[in-house]
Amino acid sequence: MNGWFTLRGRKHSFQIDRRTVAMTVLLIIANLAAIVVCVGLGSTSISPLAVIRTIIGIGESSDSMIIFSLRLPRVIIAVLVGSALAVSGALLQGIVRNPLTSPDIIGISGGASLGTVVFILYFSHVSIRFMPLSAVVGAFAAAFLIYLFAYRRGITPLRLVLIGIGMATALTAVTYMLILTASFTPTAVAVKAFTFMTGSIYGVSWERDVLTLLPWIFILLPVAFIYARHLNVQELGDEVATSVGSPVHVKRTILLFISVALAGAAVAIGGAINFIGLMAPHIARKLVGPAYGGVIPVSALIGSLVLLLSDLVARVAFIPLDIPAGVFTAAIGAPFFIYLLYRHRSGA
Amino acid sequence: MDTLLSSHYQKVAGLLAGLLLFAAGIVCSIAFGVTNIDWRTIVESYTAFNGSQEHLIIQTARMPRALIAAAVGASLAVAGALMQGITRNQLASPSIFGINAGAAFFIVTGSAFFGASGLSTFATLAFIGAAFTATLVYVLGSIGNDGLTPLKVTLAGAALTAFFSSLSLGVLLTGGQTFDQVLYWFVGSVAGRDMNIFTAAAPFMGIALLGALVVARHMNVLALGEDVAVGLGQKTVYIKLAAGIIIVLLAGGSVSMAGPIAFIGIIIPHLTRYLVGIDYRWVIPYCAVLGGNLLLAADIGSRYIAFPKEVPVGVMTAIIGVPFFVYIARRGGHS
Repeated sequence: MNGWFTLRGRKHSFQIDRRTVAMTVLLIIANLAAIVVCVGLGSTSISPLAVIRTIIGIGESSDSMIIFSLRLPRVIIAVLVGSALAVSGALLQGIVRNPLTSPDIIGISGGASLGTVVFILYFSHVSIRFMPLSAVVGAFAAAFLIYLFAYRRGITPLRLVLIGIGMATALTAVTYMLILTASFTPTAVAVKAFTFMTGSIYGVSWERDVLTLLPWIFILLPVAFIYARHLNVQELGDEVATSVGSPVHVKRTILLFISVALAGAAVAIGGAINFIGLMAPHIARKLVGPAYGGVIPVSALIGSLVLLLSDLVARVAFIPLDIPAGVFTAAIGAPFFIYLLYRHRSGA
Repeated sequence: MDTLLSSHYQKVAGLLAGLLLFAAGIVCSIAFGVTNIDWRTIVESYTAFNGSQEHLIIQTARMPRALIAAAVGASLAVAGALMQGITRNQLASPSIFGINAGAAFFIVTGSAFFGASGLSTFATLAFIGAAFTATLVYVLGSIGNDGLTPLKVTLAGAALTAFFSSLSLGVLLTGGQTFDQVLYWFVGSVAGRDMNIFTAAAPFMGIALLGALVVARHMNVLALGEDVAVGLGQKTVYIKLAAGIIIVLLAGGSVSMAGPIAFIGIIIPHLTRYLVGIDYRWVIPYCAVLGGNLLLAADIGSRYIAFPKEVPVGVMTAIIGVPFFVYIARRGGHS
């Protein structure tokens, strides 16, 4: 076949789409460029050349302080959170076979927010390393409840989405209530929790945030990439997938597990950033076609690019104010969602 | 159709009981709270106002709060009933369709960027915002050849809510607002509002409630289906337009008084249909009375759930409302 090249090993062989490889390389370059720009811009601007010189260790020491302790951790977090949300969304859309879902719309992010807020308010004496765990537990609890409520002689995507929207509202309300009623909460903590709920990667640090999130992403993203091929089979429908020998329910549960864990870990650090999980997979499919082997890495790169740029605007547009990046992802995401509604006008 | 109250007399009696409960709710809302006030003092504050602290609490804090809760509850419930009628979608309500968030966004933006101030301006902005969002949701939900499906319109509403609340948050944070003010525009609260806020929007809501009673008869015909209604000689476009204007006035007015309060518009119409059936001439007044009662009760509850701190009433209604939402969505989400 044209457009493909094949890698053969002793037991496995891979067919690789040239277009996917080209897109991936292109997006990696775009991401690197965005990282350099994001690190450079801010209340003190640093030229791209100086940024590169500093990162490879031959720059000026005044720049290196700003870059290494302030801007770089934030940029890295944007990359991690953006790609995690995007992959989580891509898996979820494949699992429920509804292109209009994403972890934030159906309430999984809401559960993770609740888990994180509970952690901030009641377990602040425990090491921060456990915060993603708390968020992931919240995300799983939410996913379980949504699944349970939506189950009635099987799951229809329609019911799942509707119940998810309701649950998202309820979880937000419960989170607000916890923030407000925790009698020992000073206003500063409340504001922080509130900003967190819109999704902001303001003031992140190497120690606290990057190192906490990194292990989760490094384990889950490759697993997602390897497992995503089962989604290709599932897209054909449960009966076909079963008849070609795929244990549908086992694989689906594992995929759901990965998707929820990714969303939970991302929310723990970045907050409930909206719409990236919805947008990135669609853009990815537009670029490289529907096969998940290509969709997963490309969505991850797009997710990180979108969050990098949103955070850049959020940080730079209203200096000295720092707006939550979630505001801008929503500003791009909602029109995109409307476009999707329009495109899927006869289905859904 | 099986309903709890079947005969005419039962329905009248039920409505009267509801009204009594309504009056009792207002009195309780005035009496209970961080400072409990006895009945005699309440009466005295009207007949012989002496400027004492308790009289001041009643006149400047508790009374507006009770009236706003009653008006907002009634308005949102009636708006929800009309929306469910027009869209033939049982999940329709001002909060789910993003109308509340849209109205809130218009107020927030107007006051931050265009120097809008004054309560009547806020009310106008809320009306414009509600009208804009309602149109948008209706258009987006009807895209495609299968018309207004519950899934599409609910998703469109959820997306618009996320969109408008994120933008509102951005505007509020760039404007350097305090946490309390920010929170108010997100979950809705009836606390700490003064009487002027009530009087600025109440006339519009009163007119709209009366309008809802007038249009109720026509809603019954519309409920038979668009084709049948046209066949019976109804100008369905006018009826929908009239109902739309009423919805916008009710929802916009509510938001300008209390911010975006969720789920009243879903819970009450369903409860009402269970009580009195599908005749809109009964549904509308029952919705108004029960909606007022629910929000009064939720507001009184919100003072005690984390005593002595108060929880915004919007949080309470969301927690009460979700089981309802889940129940309706499980049943299929459409009539």
